[in-house]
Amino acid sequence: MNLLPFYLSISAFMFIMGVIGVLTRRNAIIVFMSIELMLNSANLTFVTFSSYLGNITGQLFVFFVMAVAAAEAAVGLAIIIAIFRNKSTMNVDQINILKW
Amino acid sequence: MTLHTILFVIFASVAIVTSVLVVTRRSPIIAALFLVLNFAALAGLYLLLSAQFIAVVQIIVYAGAIMVLFLFVIMLLKPEVEQRFFENDPMLKWGSLIVGLLTLILLIYAIFLTTGRTVIKTDLNTAVQIGKVESIGQELFTSFLLPFEAIGFVLLAATIGAMILAKKKLR
Repeated sequence: MNLLPFYLSISAFMFIMGVIGVLTRRNAIIVFMSIELMLNSANLTFVTFSSYLGNITGQLFVFFVMAVAAAEAAVGLAIIIAIFRNKSTMNVDQINILKW
Repeated sequence: MTLHTILFVIFASVAIVTSVLVVTRRSPIIAALFLVLNFAALAGLYLLLSAQFIAVVQIIVYAGAIMVLFLFVIMLLKPEVEQRFFENDPMLKWGSLIVGLLTLILLIYAIFLTTGRTVIKTDLNTAVQIGKVESIGQELFTSFLLPFEAIGFVLLAATIGAMILAKKKLR
């Protein structure tokens, strides 16, 4: 049984759940976790094609995506802490200084 | 049903259910713990795809380091009472749900259309060979040496940036 479309479907489902999370949730940390979900779904697609095509480049890209995700999480969570210290809220609707 | 298919069904259902729970739970700490479970299920899927190195890195870096960072930040901040899903701005919620589901249907239709037309052969031997630490390290230090060095600088910049941002006095 060829499982390739099912791996890709799981990846698509996780990506869409991440998109829905970013669009609907208002807690900055949960928005962040949804972004991690989307990054991981992209990683799953990379590894699936890397394995099925017998090409190593996909797995190396997953390695780089993980490094970038770690950097992004560190900086983003530091920004959330800085915002929380100034405005004492994590609700992204109330962080609107840069809106017109 | 081979063992591969059974394990695939288990890991896939765990990944799908936990990804839904991450988005729908109201408490951030419960969402974070379900995200850890989701990453563990993904590591299992990577093992089924015979990417051993990536699976181990997924557990160590994602489920270990990044999620601990998340849990520490949740611990430091004051937990806020979240509203129910459709309580605030239901138009936006329904709109994003409908758009998301339509996109999902489109994506899955495209996936089954294209993978049904072209059959990609899996050679398990090559897949196991390329997932090894040895071959990944060899490729990483030869043809991907420049991006590897660049990612080191990205991590250094992120560390310094995080320290400066989280300092007490910003000015």
